[in-house]
Amino acid sequence: MTVQIKQAEGALPDDNGHFGPYGGRFVAETLMVPLRELQEAYDKYLCDDDFLNELDEDLRQFVGRPSPLYFAERWSAQLGGAQIYLKREDLNHTGAHKVNNTVGQALLAKRMGKTRIIAETGAGQHGVATATVAARLGLKCVVYMGAVDIARQAINVYRMKLLGAEVVSVESGSKTLKDALNEAMRDWVTHIDGTFYIIGTVAGPHPYPAMVRDFQAIIGREARAQILAQAGRLPDALVACVGGGSNAIGLFYPFLDDKDVAIYGVEAAGHGLETGRHAAPLCVGRPGVLHGNRTYLMEDDNGQIIETHSISAGLDYPGVGPEHAWLKDEGRAQYVAISDDEALAAFHNLTRVEGIMPALESSHALAYATKLAPTMDRDQIIVVNLSGRGDKDIHTVAALEGIKV
Amino acid sequence: MGRITNCFDRLKTEGRKALVPYVTAGDPEPAITVPLMHAMVEAGADIVELGVPFSDPMADGPVIQRAAERALEHGTSLRDVLAMVAEFRRQDADTPVVLMGYLNPVEVMGYETFAKTAAEAGVDGVINVDLPPEEAHELSTALRDQGIDPIFLLAPTSDDRRIEKICAAASGYVYYVALKGVTGASSLDVQSVTDKLAQIGRHTGLPVAVGFGIKDAASAAAVANVADAVVVGSVLVKKVEQNVAQSDRITREITDVIARMRAAMDV
Repeated sequence: MTVQIKQAEGALPDDNGHFGPYGGRFVAETLMVPLRELQEAYDKYLCDDDFLNELDEDLRQFVGRPSPLYFAERWSAQLGGAQIYLKREDLNHTGAHKVNNTVGQALLAKRMGKTRIIAETGAGQHGVATATVAARLGLKCVVYMGAVDIARQAINVYRMKLLGAEVVSVESGSKTLKDALNEAMRDWVTHIDGTFYIIGTVAGPHPYPAMVRDFQAIIGREARAQILAQAGRLPDALVACVGGGSNAIGLFYPFLDDKDVAIYGVEAAGHGLETGRHAAPLCVGRPGVLHGNRTYLMEDDNGQIIETHSISAGLDYPGVGPEHAWLKDEGRAQYVAISDDEALAAFHNLTRVEGIMPALESSHALAYATKLAPTMDRDQIIVVNLSGRGDKDIHTVAALEGIKV
Repeated sequence: MGRITNCFDRLKTEGRKALVPYVTAGDPEPAITVPLMHAMVEAGADIVELGVPFSDPMADGPVIQRAAERALEHGTSLRDVLAMVAEFRRQDADTPVVLMGYLNPVEVMGYETFAKTAAEAGVDGVINVDLPPEEAHELSTALRDQGIDPIFLLAPTSDDRRIEKICAAASGYVYYVALKGVTGASSLDVQSVTDKLAQIGRHTGLPVAVGFGIKDAASAAAVANVADAVVVGSVLVKKVEQNVAQSDRITREITDVIARMRAAMDV
């Protein structure tokens, strides 16, 4: 499957990075010229055959693409409705979809002559994927991670260190992903000249939401071709979890013009939307400006960002990519929420029924599929993005069940 | 003619430069802010920059981050900050007050409501750190309609193209961030500031304030030689942090720094 990134005329975002009222470039002046340079480099290389061929080769030989589209036959039969296919991003090198983007941005960094890579991470998957490509390309790598996330994702912290990255514990604010992003931005503004900031999700200032989407859209392009080959038709529904929203937009984007394909993004309801302890800005937040873009946010009446909660560190983020905000307002995608308990049940369910241990993030998408499938007919099809594997979460799951590993 | 323009005109005739202290409103507690503003003016401040606390101050170093956290512990909101300015205005009709913060609290209040309330309170200028001119048209219009100056930042990375655009969008003054970095980072290099100010001066007749990296009286004086205004923030906020336990000392320590800078700048 060859990489193809160039967008059609009139595609969003517009030249200023807007998806309708969302997106844009809300950053301190110091970053405006570096962002313009990044935009120019990206525009240039996404039309450059050498770059695209190298990216394609890396995705095949280093990441292991294409990832399978697995028919979860036993699980589908148990649920008693639509047939469910799982896009197996968990089988990628480093165990999640994040590497699709880091391989792309790292190649761009190399072309731009940058020697130092920085990144933020929540669950640690993006940090690991960044440290991995930095090791391979011989680039210095610094990963910012909230102190709370460091405590709950110890395995990924150690993986990053083994890969030669420096992991900086962020102690400010809520000590989670949003604060790691703040700190990475502060690093970038201080070390503009030689540093490339690899943002891990489809948020941040333009061109990041578009660029990360374009690198992740290989998920949906593959899935679309695979389902046509395997089932002979397009799916009836797509389901993916949404934190920042990169795996979701990666799956959704190539299907946006297929109007008969329903699209569901699944946010983290945490302890329940009614408790306020969740991470579901699209379901119950409102528009505002954070981390360089306008989008739906979790915020109080004074515009302060409020702390989020999710069992999965990768969904524990008060914002969401601006394109999701746009898709919500346009009605093209529906956004729903799944609680910690429901995600945990899906984690166990898939593990026992299909022998696939999903990440807690992906378990939110799976949990929604368990609700959706029984409402559909047996000849209908759901594609779920299994965005990452669950090995990193076994300590969290064990601790919740009072088991010491 | 607004207070900001009047202030720079007066200083020009006196052959002096503006000293612009920054403190975060509500740090370490809301009750201190208005008396502190008056004391800073008394000690030689020409314009007061009042920081609006935000939960995610992406452009600030640890000193001002912690100031925002302290202020937010007391629930200091944008509305509270505007009320502080209104209270300040009851005793000081002349000293310009400029709000400096991030866009989101303003978004939530609504541009029109914010501009109107700020004007009623006696705010003269507004700096949103994360709002470049490309995204600012609507807010700038609302502010100008109320007689408030939208003030924009310039950076070492700003090229001629951007300087042109930013100066065209700004009024009151433009604020040159003298360092690639966050607030409170290393010291600035006066020669590179001088060169950049010459470049900026080719694009605008607006006064240029310089901030980020001014640590003491000597650096304030050096910058005053080449700029129209000297902004000092983290050094003052550090005094707040060092005296959180004895808040009666905060005002004295801050006014000492301002008085020393004033004396060095006016030599």
